[in-house]
This record gives sequence, structure tokens and C-alpha cells, in this order.
Amino acid sequence: MQRFIVSKLGGMLAVLALVAVLVFVLTRAASGDPVSVLLGDQATAEDIARVSKEYGLDKPLPVQFGYWLREVVQGNLGQSIFLQRPVTQALRERAEPTTLLALMAVAIAACIGIPCGIVSAVFRGRAVDQVFTGVAMLGASVPSFWLGIVLIQIFAVSLGWFPVSGYGAPDAPLTERLHALMLPSAVLGLLNSALIIRFTRASMLDVLGEDYVRTARSKGLPERTVVLKHALRNALVPIVTVIGLTIALMIGGAVVTETVFGLPGVGNLVVSAVLRRDYPVIQGALLVIAAIYVLINFSIDLLYAVVDPRVKF
Amino acid sequence: MQLPRIVRQLLHRRIVMVAALVLLVVVVLALGAPWFASADPNDTAVLERLKGPSGAHLMGTDELGRDLYARIVHGARYSLAIAALTALGSVIAGTLLGLIAGFFRRLDTPLMRLVDAMMSFPDILLAIALVAILGPSLVNVVLALVLVYTPRVARVVRASTLVVRELLFVEAVRALGVRTSRILWRHILPNLMSPILVQVSFIFAYAILAEAGLSFLGVGVPPEIPTWGTMVAGSQQYASQAIGVVLFPGLAIIVTALSLQLLGDGVRDLLDPKLKKTLS
Repeated sequence: MQRFIVSKLGGMLAVLALVAVLVFVLTRAASGDPVSVLLGDQATAEDIARVSKEYGLDKPLPVQFGYWLREVVQGNLGQSIFLQRPVTQALRERAEPTTLLALMAVAIAACIGIPCGIVSAVFRGRAVDQVFTGVAMLGASVPSFWLGIVLIQIFAVSLGWFPVSGYGAPDAPLTERLHALMLPSAVLGLLNSALIIRFTRASMLDVLGEDYVRTARSKGLPERTVVLKHALRNALVPIVTVIGLTIALMIGGAVVTETVFGLPGVGNLVVSAVLRRDYPVIQGALLVIAAIYVLINFSIDLLYAVVDPRVKF
Repeated sequence: MQLPRIVRQLLHRRIVMVAALVLLVVVVLALGAPWFASADPNDTAVLERLKGPSGAHLMGTDELGRDLYARIVHGARYSLAIAALTALGSVIAGTLLGLIAGFFRRLDTPLMRLVDAMMSFPDILLAIALVAILGPSLVNVVLALVLVYTPRVARVVRASTLVVRELLFVEAVRALGVRTSRILWRHILPNLMSPILVQVSFIFAYAILAEAGLSFLGVGVPPEIPTWGTMVAGSQQYASQAIGVVLFPGLAIIVTALSLQLLGDGVRDLLDPKLKKTLS
């Protein structure tokens, strides 16, 4: 067990280190120069030199990487050039809508995906399976912005049930903010349920062919119990994995939906930073987003080993 | 080679047939755009703006009075070309990486760690960052998307390579003294054709969606080039006046992406059972 954890931990740290290098190389490879963007056309060469020095942009790249990594390890992601505040603070301000959106969307996706997937697997090859499989594939073919705009037209513009965009005032009660998140999480939930349907179906099909399921049936248990208790419990591990990874990918990956609905989320922060070449924000946000994914992935691996003793150590 | 057998079996399945036919229609429309849509896609007619579907304008007009049908048919050229090049590029690069990682044990761990690291970023976010670095142009969008999807292909190809390399016939050709490069190229690669084919069709579909998303965010193809994504991006604020400006380009995306995935799924179903487990 210990060896398993250590080897997984080593792998995770290696991936994290590579992520850091990738993030740094990506943001520094950008052709635009943040200092001249910041200072405008009027800036003199002295101004540029002074500000470059202030932000450490005049040192060679590996040195800059070293500086940056040392700060990152201490929890300092630097200062946003345009927002005039620490990147960690900017991220924290954007974390709430993104996190709530991801959780609500995954809840919706799971509520649709798991039952549909189970039904699909139980009635494999029948009409109901084909319909659900088709719907799942449709869900993977619809652009999120399109579904967003269509739902806004129906439920916000025509029916007026939800706000067209935005996240309410900063001091608005939580219920108002949750209300504003209904449509966007419906969009993400519907689209992501496709993946959960597929995984649930595949995982259930694997399990339903097992000996213990046949045993359960042959000892006369009702089909309901066989499917929901004996099969589903054993099929749950990959389903939980895909749910976990879906949450992780929505931190930052929901950028299109955030944009359609004007939500001040993490994805939005990255896009505006990219448009303004705000290096520290791009670096910090990409790093945190990827790190969250790696960490969630790692925890799922560990969970695997705890839940399922058959996992090879 | 199993390719001809796969094609023959595919055509026996009704849903796959329909998907293939739809794709054929889309491709023919795109290739023959000037013949199938006589209106100029960039002809503005402000008096005719935001009209619904009519005899003169099959799908209505956008906010500048441009014919939506003509724009979708012409836009198909760009959207399909971007997606096709992305699929081709990432499959070639990913296959190469995956073969190397799967066959040469020493390179496996470092290469796969790199793949893991790249896949830790949400696809669209990585694409945004890459386009921002490379600059917004048609070629750079393709390049960025190729970089985004290459790790995915590499992972699948590596997994299949690990299975195939252990098969007896590989041992046999190795015992015969066949060069490594020839083993990879002539003996292993042909056995990976079906998973690779599946990846081509899925990445083709994903790339259509990703290009549309990038263009929608304003970090993709320059807005003056009509792709399905830039059409929605440019006209979305007029959706409440004429829903067609959003509805029709979106439907074009959905129909194409869905057909591609159905096709890919059809291929997957026919996979060699020995390789089936390696794909997920």
C-alpha cells in the first residue's frame, strides 16, 4: 500500500512539475510584450526598462522560472499587471461562481446520466438503449454556447424566468446567485450527462456479465435488487471517477458557458487575461486549474485503492 | 489490412449509412459552395437584415442582410477544413508519439507524463492559451488544436501498441531479424488502424466544436472569415430579433459533429475484439 502511494505521489509530482514548466513556457512564448501593452505607445525606453525590472522581466528565462517557482511554492502567484492585485486574490474572487456552477452542473449531469445509463445497460440493444445512446451522442455534439443562447432566448428573454446574464450584485443573497446559475448549470449538466450516460452504461454492462450477478439472480433475488444493489455498487467506481474528473475539467473548462451567461468565473478571468496579455494571471490561473485536475485525479487513484482491494499495488 | 473489411461491414449498418450520407452531403455542399449557394456570402443588404426564412433567403438573413444559407455553405469550407486538418495533424503526431511510447519502454514513462501534464488543462483553455501565443489566424487555430488533441491520440495508440507488441507474430518477425522501424511501420501500425480511425472521426467532431467555441470567445479564426463559429459569435446579440442567425449555424455544427461521432462509434463497434479493451 505504502509503495503504491509513494509511486503514485511521485508520478503526480512529476506531472505537476511538467505542468509548471508548460505553463511557464506557454505564457513566456507569447509574442506580445506586457510592459509595452501596459505603458502604451507613449512610454519611453526608460519607463519600459524600469517597469521590466520591477516585474523581473529583464532576467533570462530560466532565472525567471526559478524566481516564479520559488514564489509559487510559497503560495504567491504574483501580482496581476492589470487588475492591480495579487493573482491569488483575483482567483479567489472568481472561485465561487465557477465552483457552484461546476457542482450544480455535475449534480444535474449525474441525475440524468446515471439512471439513463443503467436503463440503457439493462435493456441493451432495445429501443430505449438506442434512444439514450443517441441522446448521449447528441449531447456530445451540441456546442455549449449554442444551447446557452437558445435556452436564454426561451427561458430568460421570452418567459423571463431567469436573468439573461450576470451573477447578481456582489452583496446579493445566495439564493439570487443560485437562481442566476440555474440556466448555465442546466446547459453544462445536459451536455455533460452525455459522458456519464456512456460511462454508466459501459461500466454496468461490464458488471452485469459477472458471475456474482448471475449468482444473485439464480438465488431468486428480484431483478431490481440485482441491478441496483449488486451490480450498481460494483459499477460505481468508474462512474465516480468520471464525475470527479468532470468537476475538475469544469474549473476553467466552462469558459464558453461562463462567457455566454456573463458569469465572473475563473474561465472568464483567463480569457480576459489572455486578451490583455496579463502574464501573471494567465500563469497563475492555468497552473491552479491544472493542479486542481491533477490533485483530483490523484485522490481518485488513492480512493480506488482504498475502495477496491483488488487494485494492484 | 483490415480497412476494406471494416468499410464493407460499416455500410451494412443503417445508422452508420445515414451518418455517412449526411457527411457526404455536407462535404459536397462545402466543396461546391458557389454552385449550391448562388448568393454571395458577403453581400450585405441592410434593408433585408434579420429576415426569417423565405423563398429568396432559404434560412433568412443576418444583421447585415447577408444570406444565411450561403454563409453556412461557404462557412462549411472553413469549418470542415480546420477540423479535417486538426484531425489529420493530431492523428499523425499522436500516432508517432504513441508508437514510440508503447514500443520503447524507456521512453514510455517520460512521454506519458508529458501527455498527462498536457491533458491536465481543459481542452478549450489550452487552445485559448495556445492561440493567444501563436496569434489568431486560421493556421494557428489548427496548430493549437493539433497540440490539444495530440496527447489524446498518443494515449490511445500507446495503449493499443502495448497490446499488439506482445502478440506472437511480433515476436516472430523480430526473431526473423526484421528492423525495428519496419516492425513498427509494417507490422504494428496496420493493426492499430481501427482505433486510429475511431480517433480521426471523434477528433474531427471535437475540432468542429472547439473551433466554434474559440471563435465564439473571440480568440479563434478572425471574425471576417465565415466559419460556423464566427457566424454565431458575430450575430448572437441579434438572436432575439431573428433566432435563425444562431439556430442555423448551430444546427450545421450539431448535424456534422453528430454524424462524425456516429461514424466513429460504428467503427468502434466493429473493432477487433482483442483491441476493444484498450479503447475507452
